[in-house]
Amino acid sequence: MKLVDAGGEPTKNESMPGVAIEIENLTKDYPTGFLNLKTRRSLDALTMQVEAGEVFGFLGPNGAGKSTTIKLLMSLIFPTAGTARILGKPISDIGMHQDIGYLPEQPYFYDYLTASELLDYFARFHDLKEADRRERVAKMLKKVGLETAGKIQLRKYSKGMLQRVGLAQAILHEPQVVILDEPMSGLDPLGRREVRDIILELKNEGKTVMFSTHILSDAEMLCDRVGVIVGGKLRGTGAPGEIVGIAAQGMEILFELRGDAGAAAALVNKATRTGNRYRMHVEEQELYAVIEQLRSAGAKILSVTQVKATLEEYFLHLVEADRAQAAAVEVYGK
Amino acid sequence: MKRAAVVALNTFREAVRDRVLYNLVFFALLMIAAAILVGQISIGIEETVIVTLGLSAVSVIGLLIAIFIGVGLVSKEMDKRTLYALLAKPVRRWEFIVGKFGGLVLTLAINTAAMAAGVFVALYYVRHSLQRSDLTILIAVYFIVLKLALVVALALLFSSFTTPLLAILYTAGLYIAGQFVEEMRTFQSLTGSHALASFTKWLSYLLPNFENFNVMAIAAHGRSVPASLILQNTLYAVLYCGIVLSATAVIFSRRNLK
Repeated sequence: MKLVDAGGEPTKNESMPGVAIEIENLTKDYPTGFLNLKTRRSLDALTMQVEAGEVFGFLGPNGAGKSTTIKLLMSLIFPTAGTARILGKPISDIGMHQDIGYLPEQPYFYDYLTASELLDYFARFHDLKEADRRERVAKMLKKVGLETAGKIQLRKYSKGMLQRVGLAQAILHEPQVVILDEPMSGLDPLGRREVRDIILELKNEGKTVMFSTHILSDAEMLCDRVGVIVGGKLRGTGAPGEIVGIAAQGMEILFELRGDAGAAAALVNKATRTGNRYRMHVEEQELYAVIEQLRSAGAKILSVTQVKATLEEYFLHLVEADRAQAAAVEVYGK
Repeated sequence: MKRAAVVALNTFREAVRDRVLYNLVFFALLMIAAAILVGQISIGIEETVIVTLGLSAVSVIGLLIAIFIGVGLVSKEMDKRTLYALLAKPVRRWEFIVGKFGGLVLTLAINTAAMAAGVFVALYYVRHSLQRSDLTILIAVYFIVLKLALVVALALLFSSFTTPLLAILYTAGLYIAGQFVEEMRTFQSLTGSHALASFTKWLSYLLPNFENFNVMAIAAHGRSVPASLILQNTLYAVLYCGIVLSATAVIFSRRNLK
Protein backbone atom coordinates (compact mmCIF):
# COMPACT_ATOMS: atom_id res chain seq x y z
CA MET A 1 0.00 0.00 0.00
CA LYS A 2 1.40 3.37 -0.93
CA LEU A 3 1.00 6.31 1.32
CA VAL A 4 1.85 9.90 0.89
CA ASP A 5 3.85 11.67 3.57
CA ALA A 6 3.89 15.37 4.38
CA GLY A 7 6.23 15.97 1.51
CA GLY A 8 3.96 14.25 -0.93
CA GLU A 9 6.35 11.34 -1.55
CA PRO A 10 4.92 7.84 -1.59
CA THR A 11 6.09 5.65 1.28
CA LYS A 12 5.50 2.01 2.09
CA ASN A 13 3.39 0.85 5.02
CA GLU A 14 3.22 -2.91 5.46
CA SER A 15 0.60 -3.24 8.18
CA MET A 16 -2.15 -0.73 8.67
CA PRO A 17 -4.43 -1.95 11.42
CA GLY A 18 -5.81 1.51 12.07
CA VAL A 19 -6.63 2.62 8.56
CA ALA A 20 -10.21 3.73 7.97
CA ILE A 21 -9.95 4.96 4.39
CA GLU A 22 -7.36 3.73 1.90
CA ILE A 23 -7.16 5.30 -1.52
CA GLU A 24 -4.77 4.03 -4.15
CA ASN A 25 -4.11 5.64 -7.52
CA LEU A 26 -7.70 6.86 -7.73
CA THR A 27 -8.19 8.60 -11.05
CA LYS A 28 -11.26 10.16 -12.62
CA ASP A 29 -11.58 11.41 -16.16
CA TYR A 30 -14.70 13.17 -17.43
CA PRO A 31 -15.62 13.15 -21.10
CA THR A 32 -15.80 16.61 -22.64
CA GLY A 33 -16.24 18.27 -25.99
CA PHE A 34 -18.45 17.44 -28.92
CA LEU A 35 -19.51 13.78 -28.84
CA ASN A 36 -17.54 13.40 -25.59
CA LEU A 37 -14.45 12.41 -27.52
CA LYS A 38 -12.02 14.29 -25.28
CA THR A 39 -11.46 13.76 -21.59
CA ARG A 40 -10.64 16.08 -18.72
CA ARG A 41 -8.78 14.65 -15.74
CA SER A 42 -10.48 15.69 -12.54
CA LEU A 43 -8.51 13.48 -10.18
CA ASP A 44 -5.03 12.22 -10.92
CA ALA A 45 -3.74 9.03 -9.27
CA LEU A 46 -4.73 10.02 -5.74
CA THR A 47 -3.06 7.86 -3.12
CA MET A 48 -3.62 8.56 0.55
CA GLN A 49 -5.04 7.16 3.74
CA VAL A 50 -7.11 8.31 6.66
CA GLU A 51 -6.32 6.69 9.98
CA ALA A 52 -9.11 5.30 12.13
CA GLY A 53 -10.24 7.73 14.79
CA GLU A 54 -8.67 10.82 13.28
CA VAL A 55 -10.22 13.97 11.89
CA PHE A 56 -8.84 14.45 8.42
CA GLY A 57 -9.28 17.68 6.50
CA PHE A 58 -9.30 17.56 2.74
CA LEU A 59 -8.17 20.99 1.63
CA GLY A 60 -8.12 22.58 -1.75
CA PRO A 61 -9.51 25.45 -3.80
CA ASN A 62 -12.76 25.09 -5.72
CA GLY A 63 -12.48 22.58 -8.54
CA ALA A 64 -9.43 20.91 -7.00
CA GLY A 65 -10.98 17.45 -6.91
CA LYS A 66 -12.23 17.27 -3.31
CA SER A 67 -15.86 16.56 -4.13
CA THR A 68 -14.84 14.20 -6.94
CA THR A 69 -12.82 12.15 -4.44
CA ILE A 70 -15.69 12.06 -1.97
CA LYS A 71 -18.23 11.12 -4.66
CA LEU A 72 -15.92 8.32 -5.77
CA LEU A 73 -15.70 7.06 -2.20
CA MET A 74 -19.50 7.08 -1.97
CA SER A 75 -19.86 5.34 -5.37
CA LEU A 76 -21.90 8.22 -6.75
CA ILE A 77 -19.41 8.28 -9.62
CA PHE A 78 -17.05 5.55 -10.74
CA PRO A 79 -13.26 5.69 -11.05
CA THR A 80 -11.44 5.62 -14.37
CA ALA A 81 -8.61 3.83 -12.56
CA GLY A 82 -7.51 2.99 -9.05
CA THR A 83 -9.15 1.54 -5.99
CA ALA A 84 -10.35 2.62 -2.57
CA ARG A 85 -11.38 0.79 0.57
CA ILE A 86 -13.30 2.00 3.58
CA LEU A 87 -13.02 0.00 6.81
CA GLY A 88 -11.30 -2.69 4.79
CA LYS A 89 -14.14 -3.11 2.31
CA PRO A 90 -14.02 -2.05 -1.34
CA ILE A 91 -16.13 1.01 -2.11
CA SER A 92 -18.27 -1.06 -4.48
CA ASP A 93 -19.53 -3.08 -1.48
CA ILE A 94 -22.92 -1.61 -0.61
CA GLY A 95 -22.83 -3.23 2.84
CA MET A 96 -20.05 -0.81 3.74
CA HIS A 97 -22.62 2.00 3.68
CA GLN A 98 -24.06 0.71 6.97
CA ASP A 99 -20.98 2.12 8.69
CA ILE A 100 -20.59 5.34 6.72
CA GLY A 101 -22.27 8.68 7.05
CA TYR A 102 -22.16 11.17 4.20
CA LEU A 103 -23.10 14.81 3.90
CA PRO A 104 -23.23 15.98 0.27
CA GLU A 105 -22.04 19.45 -0.73
CA GLN A 106 -24.90 21.96 -0.61
CA PRO A 107 -27.35 19.25 0.36
CA TYR A 108 -30.92 19.27 -0.87
CA PHE A 109 -33.57 16.90 0.36
CA TYR A 110 -37.17 15.97 -0.44
CA ASP A 111 -38.85 19.28 0.28
CA TYR A 112 -42.29 17.74 0.73
CA LEU A 113 -41.06 15.98 3.88
CA THR A 114 -40.51 17.42 7.33
CA ALA A 115 -37.08 17.03 8.92
CA SER A 116 -38.46 14.29 11.21
CA GLU A 117 -39.97 12.41 8.27
CA LEU A 118 -36.77 12.67 6.24
CA LEU A 119 -34.63 11.33 9.07
CA ASP A 120 -37.14 8.56 9.74
CA TYR A 121 -37.10 7.68 6.02
CA PHE A 122 -33.31 7.41 5.96
CA ALA A 123 -33.27 5.48 9.25
CA ARG A 124 -35.45 2.77 7.67
CA PHE A 125 -32.58 1.84 5.35
CA HIS A 126 -30.50 0.99 8.40
CA ASP A 127 -33.05 -1.54 9.63
CA LEU A 128 -33.81 0.38 12.81
CA LYS A 129 -36.96 -0.53 14.72
CA GLU A 130 -39.69 2.07 14.96
CA ALA A 131 -38.98 2.95 18.61
CA ASP A 132 -35.25 3.26 17.87
CA ARG A 133 -35.96 5.41 14.86
CA ARG A 134 -38.15 7.76 16.85
CA GLU A 135 -35.55 8.08 19.57
CA ARG A 136 -32.65 8.62 17.14
CA VAL A 137 -34.54 11.18 15.09
CA ALA A 138 -35.38 13.24 18.18
CA LYS A 139 -31.80 12.97 19.43
CA MET A 140 -30.31 14.06 16.10
CA LEU A 141 -32.68 16.97 15.67
CA LYS A 142 -31.66 18.18 19.11
CA LYS A 143 -28.00 17.68 18.34
CA VAL A 144 -28.15 19.91 15.26
CA GLY A 145 -30.37 22.50 16.91
CA LEU A 146 -33.56 21.74 14.98
CA GLU A 147 -35.70 20.22 17.72
CA THR A 148 -38.33 22.95 17.32
CA ALA A 149 -38.31 22.77 13.50
CA GLY A 150 -38.69 19.01 13.13
CA LYS A 151 -42.33 19.23 12.02
CA ILE A 152 -41.77 21.89 9.37
CA GLN A 153 -41.56 20.89 5.71
CA LEU A 154 -38.04 21.21 4.30
CA ARG A 155 -39.24 23.53 1.53
CA LYS A 156 -39.49 26.19 4.24
CA TYR A 157 -35.93 25.62 5.50
CA SER A 158 -33.04 28.04 4.98
CA LYS A 159 -29.77 26.87 3.46
CA GLY A 160 -28.18 26.69 6.89
CA MET A 161 -31.04 24.62 8.27
CA LEU A 162 -30.76 22.19 5.34
CA GLN A 163 -27.07 21.86 6.11
CA ARG A 164 -27.94 20.88 9.67
CA VAL A 165 -30.49 18.33 8.48
CA GLY A 166 -27.78 16.99 6.19
CA LEU A 167 -25.44 16.59 9.09
CA ALA A 168 -28.15 14.90 11.16
CA GLN A 169 -28.86 12.31 8.44
CA ALA A 170 -25.13 11.65 8.07
CA ILE A 171 -24.66 10.66 11.72
CA LEU A 172 -28.15 9.29 12.37
CA HIS A 173 -27.11 5.63 12.26
CA GLU A 174 -23.96 6.16 14.37
CA PRO A 175 -21.51 5.33 11.58
CA GLN A 176 -17.84 4.53 12.15
CA VAL A 177 -16.70 6.77 9.33
CA VAL A 178 -18.26 10.15 8.58
CA ILE A 179 -17.49 11.89 5.29
CA LEU A 180 -18.60 15.50 5.05
CA ASP A 181 -18.37 17.58 1.88
CA GLU A 182 -17.99 21.25 2.84
CA PRO A 183 -19.92 20.90 6.13
CA MET A 184 -19.48 24.56 7.14
CA SER A 185 -20.80 25.91 3.85
CA GLY A 186 -23.80 28.19 4.23
CA LEU A 187 -23.67 28.32 8.01
CA ASP A 188 -23.59 31.41 10.21
CA PRO A 189 -20.82 31.68 12.86
CA LEU A 190 -23.00 29.96 15.46
CA GLY A 191 -23.83 27.14 13.05
CA ARG A 192 -20.16 26.72 12.17
CA ARG A 193 -19.30 26.42 15.82
CA GLU A 194 -22.03 23.81 16.33
CA VAL A 195 -20.70 21.78 13.41
CA ARG A 196 -17.18 22.02 14.80
CA ASP A 197 -18.49 20.80 18.17
CA ILE A 198 -20.25 17.88 16.50
CA ILE A 199 -17.09 16.90 14.63
CA LEU A 200 -15.06 17.02 17.86
CA GLU A 201 -17.76 15.00 19.59
CA LEU A 202 -17.54 12.37 16.86
CA LYS A 203 -13.78 12.26 17.30
CA ASN A 204 -14.19 11.79 21.06
CA GLU A 205 -16.53 8.89 20.34
CA GLY A 206 -13.72 7.29 18.33
CA LYS A 207 -15.26 7.91 14.92
CA THR A 208 -13.23 8.74 11.85
CA VAL A 209 -14.15 12.02 10.21
CA MET A 210 -13.03 13.17 6.80
CA PHE A 211 -14.26 16.54 5.65
CA SER A 212 -13.46 18.79 2.75
CA THR A 213 -13.03 22.52 3.09
CA HIS A 214 -11.21 25.45 1.61
CA ILE A 215 -11.20 27.34 4.90
CA LEU A 216 -7.94 26.93 6.78
CA SER A 217 -9.20 27.99 10.20
CA ASP A 218 -11.71 25.12 10.20
CA ALA A 219 -8.97 22.65 9.41
CA GLU A 220 -6.56 24.12 11.94
CA MET A 221 -9.11 23.92 14.71
CA LEU A 222 -10.34 20.40 14.03
CA CYS A 223 -7.94 18.26 12.09
CA ASP A 224 -5.30 15.84 13.23
CA ARG A 225 -4.06 15.79 9.66
CA VAL A 226 -4.91 17.47 6.42
CA GLY A 227 -4.36 16.59 2.79
CA VAL A 228 -3.95 19.37 0.24
CA ILE A 229 -5.25 18.76 -3.25
CA VAL A 230 -4.84 21.19 -6.15
CA GLY A 231 -5.58 20.55 -9.81
CA GLY A 232 -6.63 16.98 -9.10
CA LYS A 233 -3.28 16.10 -7.56
CA LEU A 234 -2.45 15.53 -3.91
CA ARG A 235 0.24 17.99 -2.88
CA GLY A 236 0.90 16.64 0.58
CA THR A 237 -0.56 15.37 3.79
CA GLY A 238 0.40 16.22 7.33
CA ALA A 239 -0.55 18.20 10.42
CA PRO A 240 -2.22 21.53 9.55
CA GLY A 241 0.75 23.47 10.99
CA GLU A 242 3.18 21.60 8.79
CA ILE A 243 1.26 22.42 5.66
CA VAL A 244 1.00 26.12 6.40
CA GLY A 245 4.54 26.17 7.78
CA ILE A 246 5.81 25.06 4.39
CA ALA A 247 5.67 28.64 3.24
CA ALA A 248 6.73 30.63 6.34
CA GLN A 249 7.55 34.07 5.06
CA GLY A 250 9.69 35.88 7.64
CA MET A 251 8.73 38.26 10.44
CA GLU A 252 6.51 41.30 10.82
CA ILE A 253 7.31 44.12 13.25
CA LEU A 254 4.68 46.57 14.40
CA PHE A 255 6.06 49.76 15.91
CA GLU A 256 5.38 53.40 16.76
CA LEU A 257 7.81 56.28 16.44
CA ARG A 258 8.20 58.77 19.24
CA GLY A 259 9.17 62.23 18.16
CA ASP A 260 11.36 62.68 15.08
CA ALA A 261 11.16 59.97 12.44
CA GLY A 262 14.31 61.23 10.81
CA ALA A 263 16.59 58.95 12.83
CA ALA A 264 14.81 55.91 11.49
CA ALA A 265 14.16 57.29 8.03
CA ALA A 266 15.79 54.36 6.26
CA LEU A 267 13.63 51.88 8.12
CA VAL A 268 10.44 53.93 7.87
CA ASN A 269 10.79 53.98 4.10
CA LYS A 270 10.53 50.18 4.07
CA ALA A 271 7.47 50.17 6.38
CA THR A 272 3.78 50.65 5.73
CA ARG A 273 2.17 53.38 7.80
CA THR A 274 -1.32 53.08 9.30
CA GLY A 275 -2.15 56.04 11.54
CA ASN A 276 0.76 56.38 13.99
CA ARG A 277 1.83 52.81 13.52
CA TYR A 278 4.29 51.25 11.14
CA ARG A 279 4.29 47.69 9.91
CA MET A 280 7.49 46.29 8.50
CA HIS A 281 8.29 42.93 6.98
CA VAL A 282 11.84 41.57 7.53
CA GLU A 283 13.67 38.33 6.94
CA GLU A 284 14.07 36.14 10.02
CA GLN A 285 17.89 36.46 10.09
CA GLU A 286 17.68 40.28 9.99
CA LEU A 287 15.20 40.51 12.86
CA TYR A 288 17.48 41.32 15.79
CA ALA A 289 19.52 43.84 13.80
CA VAL A 290 16.38 45.70 12.73
CA ILE A 291 14.97 45.68 16.27
CA GLU A 292 18.25 47.17 17.51
CA GLN A 293 18.09 49.91 14.86
CA LEU A 294 14.49 50.70 15.81
CA ARG A 295 15.37 50.89 19.51
CA SER A 296 18.27 53.20 18.75
CA ALA A 297 15.89 55.45 16.82
CA GLY A 298 13.55 55.55 19.84
CA ALA A 299 10.79 53.45 18.30
CA LYS A 300 8.33 51.60 20.51
CA ILE A 301 8.00 48.02 19.33
CA LEU A 302 4.42 46.85 19.73
CA SER A 303 4.64 43.32 18.39
CA VAL A 304 6.78 40.86 16.45
CA THR A 305 4.97 38.04 14.69
CA GLN A 306 5.98 35.23 12.38
CA VAL A 307 4.40 35.60 8.97
CA LYS A 308 3.05 32.37 7.53
CA ALA A 309 1.50 32.00 4.19
CA THR A 310 -2.26 31.75 4.37
CA LEU A 311 -3.80 28.69 2.85
CA GLU A 312 -5.10 30.85 0.04
CA GLU A 313 -1.55 31.98 -0.72
CA TYR A 314 -0.40 28.40 -0.52
CA PHE A 315 -3.11 27.31 -2.95
CA LEU A 316 -2.30 30.22 -5.22
CA HIS A 317 1.35 29.29 -5.18
CA LEU A 318 0.49 25.71 -6.18
CA VAL A 319 -1.96 26.80 -8.86
CA GLU A 320 0.59 29.22 -10.34
CA ALA A 321 3.24 26.53 -10.27
CA ASP A 322 0.82 24.27 -12.16
CA ARG A 323 0.16 26.93 -14.76
CA ALA A 324 3.86 27.62 -15.22
CA GLN A 325 4.47 23.90 -15.68
CA ALA A 326 1.56 23.61 -18.11
CA ALA A 327 2.91 26.55 -20.13
CA ALA A 328 6.37 25.01 -20.17
CA VAL A 329 4.96 21.71 -21.41
CA GLU A 330 3.01 23.55 -24.08
CA VAL A 331 6.11 25.40 -25.30
CA TYR A 332 8.11 22.19 -25.20
CA GLY A 333 5.32 20.42 -27.12
CA LYS A 334 5.39 22.99 -29.88
CA MET B 1 -36.79 -5.75 -1.65
CA LYS B 2 -37.57 -4.23 1.75
CA ARG B 3 -35.55 -1.16 0.83
CA ALA B 4 -37.30 -0.93 -2.54
CA ALA B 5 -40.60 -0.94 -0.61
CA VAL B 6 -39.37 1.95 1.57
CA VAL B 7 -38.51 3.94 -1.58
CA ALA B 8 -41.89 3.00 -3.10
CA LEU B 9 -43.88 4.23 -0.12
CA ASN B 10 -41.97 7.51 -0.13
CA THR B 11 -42.62 7.91 -3.87
CA PHE B 12 -46.32 7.42 -3.19
CA ARG B 13 -46.15 9.99 -0.37
CA GLU B 14 -44.42 12.42 -2.75
CA ALA B 15 -47.18 12.01 -5.34
CA VAL B 16 -49.86 12.60 -2.73
CA ARG B 17 -48.13 15.67 -1.29
CA ASP B 18 -47.41 17.06 -4.73
CA ARG B 19 -51.17 16.91 -5.27
CA VAL B 20 -51.04 14.41 -8.12
CA LEU B 21 -54.31 12.91 -6.92
CA TYR B 22 -56.03 16.28 -7.42
CA ASN B 23 -56.70 15.07 -10.97
CA LEU B 24 -59.50 13.04 -9.38
CA VAL B 25 -61.42 16.25 -8.80
CA PHE B 26 -61.23 17.00 -12.53
CA PHE B 27 -62.30 13.47 -13.33
CA ALA B 28 -65.22 13.63 -10.90
CA LEU B 29 -66.42 16.87 -12.48
CA LEU B 30 -66.13 15.29 -15.93
CA MET B 31 -68.17 12.25 -14.91
CA ILE B 32 -70.85 14.38 -13.22
CA ALA B 33 -71.16 16.54 -16.34
CA ALA B 34 -71.24 13.47 -18.59
CA ALA B 35 -73.89 11.72 -16.50
CA ILE B 36 -76.16 14.76 -16.56
CA LEU B 37 -75.66 15.54 -20.24
CA VAL B 38 -75.79 12.00 -21.57
CA GLY B 39 -79.35 11.46 -20.39
CA GLN B 40 -80.46 14.43 -22.45
CA ILE B 41 -78.67 13.77 -25.72
CA SER B 42 -78.28 10.03 -26.23
CA ILE B 43 -81.36 7.89 -26.04
CA GLY B 44 -80.68 4.23 -25.32
CA ILE B 45 -76.88 4.39 -25.45
CA GLU B 46 -76.26 6.17 -22.14
CA GLU B 47 -74.33 3.21 -20.68
CA THR B 48 -72.07 2.89 -23.70
CA VAL B 49 -71.28 6.60 -23.71
CA ILE B 50 -70.62 6.70 -19.97
CA VAL B 51 -68.35 3.64 -20.01
CA THR B 52 -66.45 4.69 -23.14
CA LEU B 53 -66.01 8.27 -21.97
CA GLY B 54 -65.14 7.21 -18.41
CA LEU B 55 -62.58 4.57 -19.39
CA SER B 56 -61.02 6.88 -22.00
CA ALA B 57 -60.61 9.57 -19.36
CA VAL B 58 -59.14 7.04 -16.92
CA SER B 59 -56.67 5.96 -19.58
CA VAL B 60 -55.65 9.45 -20.75
CA ILE B 61 -55.27 10.91 -17.26
CA GLY B 62 -53.28 7.87 -16.14
CA LEU B 63 -51.13 8.08 -19.23
CA LEU B 64 -50.26 11.73 -18.63
CA ILE B 65 -49.29 10.97 -15.03
CA ALA B 66 -47.32 7.86 -16.03
CA ILE B 67 -45.30 9.68 -18.69
CA PHE B 68 -44.68 13.04 -17.03
CA ILE B 69 -44.17 11.87 -13.47
CA GLY B 70 -42.51 8.63 -14.60
CA VAL B 71 -39.83 10.55 -16.47
CA GLY B 72 -39.30 12.82 -13.46
CA LEU B 73 -38.90 9.94 -11.02
CA VAL B 74 -35.17 9.64 -11.63
CA SER B 75 -34.28 12.83 -13.48
CA LYS B 76 -35.74 15.08 -10.79
CA GLU B 77 -33.77 13.27 -8.11
CA MET B 78 -30.59 13.71 -10.13
CA ASP B 79 -31.26 17.37 -10.95
CA LYS B 80 -32.03 18.29 -7.36
CA ARG B 81 -29.35 15.92 -6.07
CA THR B 82 -31.73 14.41 -3.52
CA LEU B 83 -30.34 11.10 -4.71
CA TYR B 84 -26.89 11.68 -3.23
CA ALA B 85 -27.84 11.23 0.41
CA LEU B 86 -30.10 8.30 -0.44
CA LEU B 87 -27.49 6.34 -2.39
CA ALA B 88 -25.05 6.87 0.48
CA LYS B 89 -27.35 4.62 2.52
CA PRO B 90 -27.18 0.87 2.01
CA VAL B 91 -29.49 1.06 -1.02
CA ARG B 92 -28.57 -0.58 -4.28
CA ARG B 93 -29.36 1.38 -7.40
CA TRP B 94 -31.68 -1.33 -8.71
CA GLU B 95 -33.61 -1.16 -5.43
CA PHE B 96 -34.04 2.55 -5.99
CA ILE B 97 -35.32 1.96 -9.54
CA VAL B 98 -37.72 -0.80 -8.48
CA GLY B 99 -38.90 1.33 -5.55
CA LYS B 100 -39.58 4.34 -7.75
CA PHE B 101 -41.45 2.15 -10.23
CA GLY B 102 -43.48 0.48 -7.48
CA GLY B 103 -44.35 3.82 -5.87
CA LEU B 104 -45.71 5.36 -9.05
CA VAL B 105 -47.57 2.20 -10.06
CA LEU B 106 -49.15 2.14 -6.59
CA THR B 107 -50.17 5.79 -7.05
CA LEU B 108 -51.60 5.05 -10.48
CA ALA B 109 -53.44 1.95 -9.24
CA ILE B 110 -55.13 3.91 -6.43
CA ASN B 111 -55.86 6.80 -8.77
CA THR B 112 -57.31 4.47 -11.40
CA ALA B 113 -59.38 2.58 -8.81
CA ALA B 114 -60.86 5.86 -7.58
CA MET B 115 -61.70 6.89 -11.12
CA ALA B 116 -63.23 3.48 -11.82
CA ALA B 117 -65.45 3.97 -8.80
CA GLY B 118 -66.48 7.28 -10.40
CA VAL B 119 -67.44 5.48 -13.61
CA PHE B 120 -69.63 3.05 -11.65
CA VAL B 121 -71.32 5.90 -9.79
CA ALA B 122 -72.07 7.67 -13.09
CA LEU B 123 -73.32 4.41 -14.58
CA TYR B 124 -75.60 3.83 -11.60
CA TYR B 125 -76.87 7.40 -11.93
CA VAL B 126 -77.99 6.95 -15.54
CA ARG B 127 -79.22 3.35 -15.27
CA HIS B 128 -80.28 3.18 -11.60
CA SER B 129 -78.76 -0.29 -11.33
CA LEU B 130 -75.54 -2.26 -11.77
CA GLN B 131 -75.34 -5.56 -13.64
CA ARG B 132 -73.13 -8.60 -13.56
CA SER B 133 -71.80 -7.74 -17.03
CA ASP B 134 -70.40 -4.50 -15.58
CA LEU B 135 -67.58 -6.61 -14.16
CA THR B 136 -65.99 -6.30 -17.59
CA ILE B 137 -65.42 -2.65 -16.75
CA LEU B 138 -63.26 -3.79 -13.84
CA ILE B 139 -61.22 -5.96 -16.24
CA ALA B 140 -60.82 -3.00 -18.58
CA VAL B 141 -59.60 -0.90 -15.62
CA TYR B 142 -57.18 -3.67 -14.64
CA PHE B 143 -55.77 -3.66 -18.17
CA ILE B 144 -55.36 0.10 -18.00
CA VAL B 145 -53.30 -0.29 -14.83
CA LEU B 146 -51.12 -2.94 -16.55
CA LYS B 147 -50.68 -0.63 -19.52
CA LEU B 148 -49.73 2.29 -17.27
CA ALA B 149 -47.18 0.10 -15.45
CA LEU B 150 -45.56 -0.61 -18.80
CA VAL B 151 -45.52 3.08 -19.66
CA VAL B 152 -43.89 3.91 -16.30
CA ALA B 153 -41.21 1.26 -16.91
CA LEU B 154 -40.47 2.76 -20.33
CA ALA B 155 -40.38 6.31 -18.94
CA LEU B 156 -37.89 5.14 -16.29
CA LEU B 157 -35.76 3.43 -18.91
CA PHE B 158 -35.48 6.50 -21.11
CA SER B 159 -34.96 8.91 -18.23
CA SER B 160 -32.06 6.76 -17.02
CA PHE B 161 -29.89 7.76 -19.97
CA THR B 162 -31.35 10.81 -21.68
CA THR B 163 -32.83 14.24 -20.95
CA PRO B 164 -36.38 14.50 -19.54
CA LEU B 165 -37.73 16.09 -22.73
CA LEU B 166 -36.34 13.35 -24.95
CA ALA B 167 -37.51 10.71 -22.48
CA ILE B 168 -41.07 12.11 -22.71
CA LEU B 169 -40.90 12.07 -26.52
CA TYR B 170 -39.50 8.53 -26.66
CA THR B 171 -42.06 7.18 -24.20
CA ALA B 172 -44.98 8.88 -25.94
CA GLY B 173 -43.61 7.74 -29.32
CA LEU B 174 -43.37 4.12 -28.19
CA TYR B 175 -46.85 4.30 -26.73
CA ILE B 176 -48.25 5.48 -30.04
CA ALA B 177 -46.22 2.91 -32.00
CA GLY B 178 -47.43 0.23 -29.58
CA GLN B 179 -51.01 0.91 -30.69
CA PHE B 180 -50.22 -0.35 -34.19
CA VAL B 181 -48.47 -3.61 -33.40
CA GLU B 182 -51.14 -5.79 -35.06
CA GLU B 183 -51.02 -3.67 -38.21
CA MET B 184 -47.25 -4.07 -38.35
CA ARG B 185 -47.62 -7.84 -38.21
CA THR B 186 -49.99 -7.85 -41.18
CA PHE B 187 -47.84 -5.36 -43.09
CA GLN B 188 -46.53 -8.21 -45.25
CA SER B 189 -49.76 -8.35 -47.21
CA LEU B 190 -49.44 -4.66 -48.12
CA THR B 191 -45.82 -4.51 -49.23
CA GLY B 192 -43.91 -6.34 -51.90
CA SER B 193 -40.64 -6.05 -50.00
CA HIS B 194 -39.94 -9.20 -48.07
CA ALA B 195 -37.12 -7.53 -46.13
CA LEU B 196 -39.31 -4.62 -45.02
CA ALA B 197 -42.13 -6.93 -44.07
CA SER B 198 -39.74 -9.09 -42.10
CA PHE B 199 -38.29 -6.01 -40.35
CA THR B 200 -41.70 -4.65 -39.32
CA LYS B 201 -42.73 -8.08 -38.11
CA TRP B 202 -39.69 -8.38 -35.83
CA LEU B 203 -40.12 -4.78 -34.73
CA SER B 204 -43.71 -5.49 -33.78
CA TYR B 205 -42.52 -8.18 -31.38
CA LEU B 206 -40.00 -5.83 -29.80
CA LEU B 207 -42.43 -2.96 -29.35
CA PRO B 208 -44.79 -3.02 -26.38
CA ASN B 209 -48.15 -4.27 -27.57
CA PHE B 210 -50.56 -1.73 -26.09
CA GLU B 211 -53.33 -2.77 -28.44
CA ASN B 212 -54.00 -5.95 -26.45
CA PHE B 213 -54.79 -3.92 -23.33
CA ASN B 214 -57.62 -2.03 -24.97
CA VAL B 215 -60.94 -3.75 -24.19
CA MET B 216 -62.94 -0.55 -23.82
CA ALA B 217 -65.34 -1.39 -26.65
CA ILE B 218 -66.01 -4.84 -25.15
CA ALA B 219 -66.62 -3.31 -21.74
CA ALA B 220 -68.87 -0.58 -23.14
CA HIS B 221 -71.10 -3.17 -24.75
CA GLY B 222 -71.13 -5.45 -21.71
CA ARG B 223 -69.50 -8.38 -23.50
CA SER B 224 -67.18 -10.71 -21.63
CA VAL B 225 -63.37 -10.74 -21.83
CA PRO B 226 -61.82 -14.21 -22.29
CA ALA B 227 -59.90 -15.45 -19.25
CA SER B 228 -56.97 -16.35 -21.51
CA LEU B 229 -56.58 -12.68 -22.45
CA ILE B 230 -56.47 -11.68 -18.78
CA LEU B 231 -53.74 -14.23 -18.14
CA GLN B 232 -51.87 -13.34 -21.33
CA ASN B 233 -51.92 -9.60 -20.64
CA THR B 234 -50.86 -10.10 -17.02
CA LEU B 235 -47.91 -12.29 -17.98
CA TYR B 236 -46.98 -9.98 -20.85
CA ALA B 237 -46.98 -6.89 -18.62
CA VAL B 238 -44.99 -8.60 -15.86
CA LEU B 239 -42.38 -9.93 -18.28
CA TYR B 240 -42.08 -6.74 -20.33
CA CYS B 241 -41.81 -4.58 -17.18
CA GLY B 242 -39.23 -7.01 -15.77
CA ILE B 243 -37.07 -6.79 -18.89
CA VAL B 244 -37.36 -2.99 -19.17
CA LEU B 245 -36.66 -2.46 -15.46
CA SER B 246 -33.66 -4.79 -15.62
CA ALA B 247 -32.24 -2.77 -18.51
CA THR B 248 -32.93 0.45 -16.59
CA ALA B 249 -31.17 -0.91 -13.51
CA VAL B 250 -28.13 -1.95 -15.55
CA ILE B 251 -27.87 1.48 -17.23
CA PHE B 252 -28.50 3.42 -14.04
CA SER B 253 -26.04 1.32 -12.01
CA ARG B 254 -23.25 2.43 -14.33
CA ARG B 255 -24.24 6.06 -14.51
CA ASN B 256 -22.02 8.73 -13.00
CA LEU B 257 -24.12 11.22 -11.07
CA LYS B 258 -23.38 14.90 -11.72
